[in-house]
Amino acid sequence: MSEQLDAGLIAERIAESGELGEPTGAREVGRARRRKEDARLVTGRTTWTDNIQLPGMLYVAFLRSPMAHARITRVDASAARVQPGVVAVYTGADFADEQGSLPCAWPVTEDIVIPDHPPMAVSEVRYAGEAVACVVATDRYKAADALEAIEVDYEPLDAVTDMTEALTEGSPKVHESGNRAFTWKFAGGDIDAAFRDAPVVIERTYVQQRLIPTAMEPRAVVATTDGDDFTLYSATQIPHVLRVMLALTTGIPEHKLRVVAPDVGGGFGSKLQVTAEEVLGLLITRRLGKPVKWTESRSEGNLTVHHGRDQLQRISLAADRDGHIRGVRVDLLADMGAYLMLVTPGIPILGAFMYSGIYKVDAYDFTCTGVFTTKMPTDAYRGAGRPEATFAIERAVDELAHELGLDPIEVRRRNWITHEEFPYTTVCGLTYDSGNYEAATERALALFGYDKLRAEQADRRERQDPVQLGIGVSTYTEMCGLAPSRVLGSLSYGAGGWEHATVRMLPTGKVEVVTGTSPHGQGHETAWSQIVADALGVPFDDVAVLHGDTAVSHKGMDTYGSRSLVVGGVAVLAACEKVKDKARQLAAHMLEASADDIEFTGGSFTVRGTSEGRTIQELALATFAAHDLPDGVEPGLDADATFDPDNFSFPHGTHLCAIEVDTETGRPTIRSYVAVDDVGSVVNPLIVEGQVHGGIAQGVAQALFEEAVHDAEGNLLTTTMADYLIPSAADLPDFTTDRTETPATSNPLGVKGVGEAGTIASTPAVVNAIVDALRPYGVRDVRMPCTPERIWRVLAEAGPAAPGPGGSTASASTSTSGPAPAPVAGQPPAPMSAPAAEGGAR
Amino acid sequence: MPRITVTVDGVAYEEEVEPRLLLVHLLRDRLGKVGTPIGCDTGNCGACTVMLDGRSAKSCSVLAVQADGSDVVTIEGLAQGGEWHPMQKAFHTEHALQCGYCTPGMIMAAIDLLRDDPDPSEEAVRQGLEGNLCRCTGYCTIVRAVRRGAAEMSQAREPQEVPAP
Repeated sequence: MSEQLDAGLIAERIAESGELGEPTGAREVGRARRRKEDARLVTGRTTWTDNIQLPGMLYVAFLRSPMAHARITRVDASAARVQPGVVAVYTGADFADEQGSLPCAWPVTEDIVIPDHPPMAVSEVRYAGEAVACVVATDRYKAADALEAIEVDYEPLDAVTDMTEALTEGSPKVHESGNRAFTWKFAGGDIDAAFRDAPVVIERTYVQQRLIPTAMEPRAVVATTDGDDFTLYSATQIPHVLRVMLALTTGIPEHKLRVVAPDVGGGFGSKLQVTAEEVLGLLITRRLGKPVKWTESRSEGNLTVHHGRDQLQRISLAADRDGHIRGVRVDLLADMGAYLMLVTPGIPILGAFMYSGIYKVDAYDFTCTGVFTTKMPTDAYRGAGRPEATFAIERAVDELAHELGLDPIEVRRRNWITHEEFPYTTVCGLTYDSGNYEAATERALALFGYDKLRAEQADRRERQDPVQLGIGVSTYTEMCGLAPSRVLGSLSYGAGGWEHATVRMLPTGKVEVVTGTSPHGQGHETAWSQIVADALGVPFDDVAVLHGDTAVSHKGMDTYGSRSLVVGGVAVLAACEKVKDKARQLAAHMLEASADDIEFTGGSFTVRGTSEGRTIQELALATFAAHDLPDGVEPGLDADATFDPDNFSFPHGTHLCAIEVDTETGRPTIRSYVAVDDVGSVVNPLIVEGQVHGGIAQGVAQALFEEAVHDAEGNLLTTTMADYLIPSAADLPDFTTDRTETPATSNPLGVKGVGEAGTIASTPAVVNAIVDALRPYGVRDVRMPCTPERIWRVLAEAGPAAPGPGGSTASASTSTSGPAPAPVAGQPPAPMSAPAAEGGAR
Repeated sequence: MPRITVTVDGVAYEEEVEPRLLLVHLLRDRLGKVGTPIGCDTGNCGACTVMLDGRSAKSCSVLAVQADGSDVVTIEGLAQGGEWHPMQKAFHTEHALQCGYCTPGMIMAAIDLLRDDPDPSEEAVRQGLEGNLCRCTGYCTIVRAVRRGAAEMSQAREPQEVPAP
C-alpha cells in the first residue's frame, strides 16, 4: 500500500530535514541585526539596472541641448542614421504625437500653470541638457559616436536663471504664460497683531542654493516588449507610482506594463520621478520591438537629474524682549526650473508646515511663489521642503538670541513645546503627537561638553586667536511618514499615503513578505524581517522580503519622505496580525478548543492552561494541506493589509556642531558634531545610526560644499564630480550620535522615521556655528555653501573688528533687517488655503 | 583591432578590443563581470575600483589595452572558497554600506590602503579613501570597517604557533 501523503507526514519530513526553524525567543525588534542585503552587495552579486543584459539589446544615447533656452529650427539626423551600428535615430518631432507630457501630480493651487513637458523637445528647449534627439545603436560607444553626427540649428533665446529677475517685468519668458507658476498662501493666528508693536523684529533673507542629489548609482533604464506586454527596469524609488504614470503617459495599458526596480543605488528623492528617459525607453522599444538600455553618465546626470532646494527665503520673527516668539512670517520664492515635474510644486508646500519648528508661536503667515527659470526642474531632495524650513527658523532663532544677548539654547528653551504639552497643535495646524525636546537637548549638551566649549570660545575671543571657535545648535522636528491620505488630498497631492503589505506563510513554515515600499539602501529586507519574526514568532532567517516589482508586489506607494517604516512597516505588522487571527481559528479547530482559549506565545498557539499546542509553522502546513479546515476557512495562511495612519509622525532632536574657522584663510573645520535624535521606537539601531550619519553628511555638504552653479546664459558649470563637490571621508569628522526614545502614538510600532532627520538638522547647526565663530567680526550671515573663499570675503567685507569676549555686535537696536526682500510678481494670489486653526493639515 | 589577454578573477580571457574601450566596459559588457559598477566619468568617485596587478586602479580610467597581460581582481573574485575576505566581513559587521553601490570600489581601495599601512589611524583611513565617494554612510562606519578589517587581516598574518609534537 502506498504511503498516504498527509500533513503530519509532510511535517515530520520537514522537521527531519531540519527545515523547520526554531524561533530564538529573543526579541528581534530593537536588535542591531546585521543586514540581509549586505551579502549580495559586498560580493558584487547585485542587479543594478545597468547590469541587466537582455538578448539582442540595443543602447540608447540622448543628444542634449547645449543651450538653456533656444528655438529648434532644424534637426538633421541623416548622417547619424547611416553610421555603423546605428539602428535608429529619433528626434522630438518623431515622437511628437505619442510622447505625451511628463506628469506633475501635485497641482498645489487651482490656477497653477502646468506647462506641457515633452520628454524630447520638439520646438523649444528651456534648460541646458534637455533631450532633443536620441540614437539607438548596437553598443554604447557607437551610440555616443552617432550623436556627434546629428545637426541641430538653434535660435538662441534669452535665459533667465535668477528667480527675482524672472519675476521682473520684461524678463525673458520661460513659458508664454509668464514665469509665475503659482502663489500659495497659508496662515494661522493674527499675524498683524503679532508684529504690531513687537519689541523685537528679526528679518532675514536666506538663500537655499540649488543642489544636485548625486546618488552614487547613475540613473538607468531597460525597456523591453514582446509585442503586447512591456517591462521597464528602472533605477527608481517608485515602481508602483511609476507604472500608473507611465500607463497614463504612454498609453500602454497598466495591466500590460510591469515595472521593476532592481537593486537601486541610492535615491535621496532624485529617483522619485517620472523621467523622459523612462517614457522614451518604452516608446523606443514599442517602435523597434527590441530591448533597449540607457544609462546616464555622471555629467549627463548632473544636467538632468532633478535638482533640489533652490529657494529664496525671507523670514521675519516678531518677539518679545524676553525672547518669546509671537509670530513668524515667511515669503518664499521657490525655483521650479523650466517645468513642473512629478511633485515639484509640492516641495515648498511641505516645508510650509514646518517653519514654526519646535516652537509655540502665536501667529504664522506664509506665501510661496513658484517661479519658472531656464534651469533643470527642481523636485524632491532628501528632506524635501523641511530642511529649508528648518534652516530658516533655526538661523532666525539664533539671530533673535544674539539680538537679545541670550544663549541660543536659552531662547529655544523659552519657546519650545514642553514634554507635558504634547499632543500639541501648532500654529501651522499640525498636531505633534509626542516629543521630548528637553531630554534630547540635555543629552546632546552633555555629550558635546557645551559649557567647556563656550569657555574655550570666550578664551579664543579674548586672545584674538586667528582661529576662532563657533558653536552651532539646531533643534528640529520634521513631519514624515507621508501619510494620511485625506490630508494629502486636502493638499491636492495626486496620490494617497497608505502602504500595503502581504504576509504569507509557505507550506514549510517559512514566510514571504511582500511590501509596497521600494528600498534603495534603507535595509527594508532586514527591518521587515525583524518585525515579522517578533509578530509571528518565527526565526529572522526564515523571512524573505519581496519588493520593487509590480508583478510581485502588486500595490504600493513606494519609498520616500521617511515613510517606509512608519507606514509600510506598520502595514507588515498589520498583515502579520491577520495571519495570526486566521492561524488562531485553525488552532482552535485542531485543538478542539474555543478561539478565546488559545494563547499565542513564542510562535505557538496553545490551549490556555495546557501544554497542548501547534506551532505557527505546523498550522501553515495544515492550511496548505487543507484536509481539515473549519467551515468557511480558505486554504493558505496569508493576508493582505494596508495602513493609512491618521497623522504624520514627528521625529525631533538636537544637533550641536563645533567649528574652527581660520579667520586668515576662511577655512572652516568641523571639530566635533553631536546628534541626539528621537525617532520614536527603534526597530534596528544599526540602520538608524547609519541613516543619521548619512543624513548629517548630506546636510553638512549643503552647508559647506555643494552648489549647482549656472552662468548667466544658464549653462551648468558643475557638471561633473570634479566641479560639484560631494564630501569624501577626508572632508568629514566622526559624528557622535545618540538617541532618546519617545514613541509615536500614531502607529502601533511607535516609530517615527529617520531617513531625513540628519539632513534636516545638520545644515543650520553648521551654519549657526560658522556665524557664531564670526560674530565678533560683525558677521551676521554667510551664504551657503560656506566655502573658505566665501567666509574670507565676508570677513574682508566686515572690515577689521577686534574680537572680544562678548562679540562686537551686541546691539540694543530693536529691529534689524537683512538684504532687501525680493519683489514678488504682480499677479493676484491664489485663493488662500483654510487657516490652520480651522483645520489645515492635521 | 588589438588583441589582448587579461586574467580576471583567475580566468584568462583573450579579447579583441577597440583601443578606446575602457577596462570597466570590458569587464562589465564583454566579460559579464557586472559586480564592478560605474559611478562617474571623471575618475572621482572610485566605484569602479579593481585590483590591477595587485594595486587598486579605477577601471573607468584605464583602457582595456593597458590591461593587456595583467591580472585583474574584481569584487567578484575576492571571496575565496566561499569565504568572504576579512574586509567584506568587516563592511558587513560595521554596517559600512547602505545602498552598496560604492561598496565594491570602497572595499578594493581599503585593501590596497592596508598594503602601505597595515594599521591605519582613523585619519589615515579618511585620507586614504579620499578617492572613493559614498553618499549614504557619512563614512563613520566605513572608517570603522576598514580598521576592523585591518585588525583581522593582521591577526590572520600573525605566524601561527607550531604545536608541539
